Amino acid sequence: MRSQRDRTIAFLMLLPSLALLGLFVYGFIMQAIGTSMSDWGTNPAQPPLAINVVKSFVGFENYHNIMTDLLEFSFRNSLINTFFFTVFFVAGCLGVGLFLALLLDQNVMGEGLFRTIFLFPMALSFVVTGTIWRWMLQPGGGINTLPTAIGLPPITFGWINSREVAFGFEWADVPRILTVVGVAILSILALRFALSGRRRALMVVGGIAALLIVLFVAGFWNLIWLPLDTPEAEASIAPKGFNLALIGVIIAAVWQMSGYTMAMFIAGIRGVSEELREASRVDGCNELQMYRYIILPQLTPIFLSAMIILGHISLKIFDLVFAMAGPDNAQTVVPGLLVYTEGFRENSFAKASAIAVIMLFGVAIIIVPYLWSQFREASRADR
Amino acid sequence: MTAYTPRQWRRYTLRTILYVALIVMTLIFLLPIYLVVITSVKNPADIKLATAWLPPTQIYWESFQEVLVVFGPRLRNSVALVIGATAISSILGSINGYVLSKWRIPGEKILFPLMLFGMFIPYQAILIPLFDFMRSIGLYGGIPGLILIHVVYGLPITTLIFRNFYVDIPDEMLEAAAIDGADFFSIYTNVVFPLSIPGFVVVIIWQFTQIWNEFLFGVTMTANDSQPITVGLAQLAGGEAVKWNLPMAGAIVAALPPLLIYIILGRYFIRGLLAGSVKG
Repeated sequence: MRSQRDRTIAFLMLLPSLALLGLFVYGFIMQAIGTSMSDWGTNPAQPPLAINVVKSFVGFENYHNIMTDLLEFSFRNSLINTFFFTVFFVAGCLGVGLFLALLLDQNVMGEGLFRTIFLFPMALSFVVTGTIWRWMLQPGGGINTLPTAIGLPPITFGWINSREVAFGFEWADVPRILTVVGVAILSILALRFALSGRRRALMVVGGIAALLIVLFVAGFWNLIWLPLDTPEAEASIAPKGFNLALIGVIIAAVWQMSGYTMAMFIAGIRGVSEELREASRVDGCNELQMYRYIILPQLTPIFLSAMIILGHISLKIFDLVFAMAGPDNAQTVVPGLLVYTEGFRENSFAKASAIAVIMLFGVAIIIVPYLWSQFREASRADR
Repeated sequence: MTAYTPRQWRRYTLRTILYVALIVMTLIFLLPIYLVVITSVKNPADIKLATAWLPPTQIYWESFQEVLVVFGPRLRNSVALVIGATAISSILGSINGYVLSKWRIPGEKILFPLMLFGMFIPYQAILIPLFDFMRSIGLYGGIPGLILIHVVYGLPITTLIFRNFYVDIPDEMLEAAAIDGADFFSIYTNVVFPLSIPGFVVVIIWQFTQIWNEFLFGVTMTANDSQPITVGLAQLAGGEAVKWNLPMAGAIVAALPPLLIYIILGRYFIRGLLAGSVKG
């Protein structure tokens, strides 16, 4: 029998790790939130690295500044870059990863070798990947000159140094765009639930859509998405939209990470039993129908996990952009880089902390429900 | 000549398309590697954008010598960092996993997810307080400090992998040992640890690769003479007038250790990779 004494020892053995993580994760997060509401490094009268630097409480002033001040347009652009990067990076990894997994599910000769090749970039550092792809995507060389090998004219696109902006929009329009898109997606969902008679799901989705509309009409977003100080000036020096220079970074990121989604999908496909496949064939499914109706639906949880894991990676992306485009490239700026440049080069600790807290908030919105659902599932399975 | 039935033709064509697709994807995945390797062994005078894809006329190894001179101290830093941080975080993770999977801890249903959250946070969020803290305890800028940082932020994943690994060890084995009078530590050393070798392989490989490849802490928490290899590579490749032979040789040197591990022990690497998508 395991004694009470041993239980106490067990807890004591866990304690150092708990204490370290408590301090290094939660303690530091609290401190970062505190710093983000101070003037550490933004008050010219106080040298930021002085031993007895005086930090005063300024409330949400730093947040207000990075959302509205013309000089802080990099932060706004970094948010937009993160959005487009996330969309294309996640879609690219899911698409390429699923394609590779389906190819490898066909009893391929040399399957292990192919898998090794598609997954090897995962073993590399983002800095290595960035360095390699920076050379691959040189404007006058690399893949731009590949077409000349078969007699075609070279490509002239500036993969990582283009200054073009696509899908342009006004900063002030973002809440409206998001509300319209959100309501549209929810309506499609609602329609599907209505057709399949899922009353409760329909009510939930409809409720969320109604809430979005009410929040928009009531002007709630004006409290978060603050109006810019100088919208015209900002539109001319830092237009909002999809910076095409991000395409190069997205390609490199998909090259590195799609093997990961492939591995997840392969694990999922292999989890579909041979009996189920055989049964579908007996019922007259051809191979294509089998994938469409038997295997893909079983992969939904994997799609979700992959989207969450990749999505939170892209919110944190830093080293890849650093190595490919440099820390100071205005076209490819992301929040992770701004924390570095503002905090560790400019010593504007308060401003950097505000950006970092917003990053953390974004990641937490995705990860907390994910962890929660994983543990709820696990404790259900225990019962 | 054999005559094929339409059915066989169909199958034959589909198979051909399948292999063509696989080979095209393989070429796309390996294209950057080809370019890196040929650029790294070209004489810098011969590296021109227009002829970047042509193989070198003569193999030129000097870039690697030059890179090894530049990287020398940083390679040593990375090796020390990786060995120290991997060893400590694996051992602590193993003990944590043992406690969390086999001993009832008050509040473990809350404590464990709270621990795991630490591996998902953007480290930017704790960077400035960390910088402050490391300075105040006098560990800022050196390898020991960096080891401490990697140990702490490695704890969630090592604990998770070991916990999920130990859950599969039948409780009866532990009960039997307990009845024979084994206490907390002797159950660990006599029953759990001997069964842990595959778990340790997965965790060590994972931590080794992660820490070797890490950049953010490397660039913010080190002084000049304690930088790891990734920071060295970023400096080598940064800046405008780059001689591309050096960054490419540097990329190969920096990539080689994790790549070799991946090729030799790929199975375990993938297990670590998939463990990162949780399952509590």
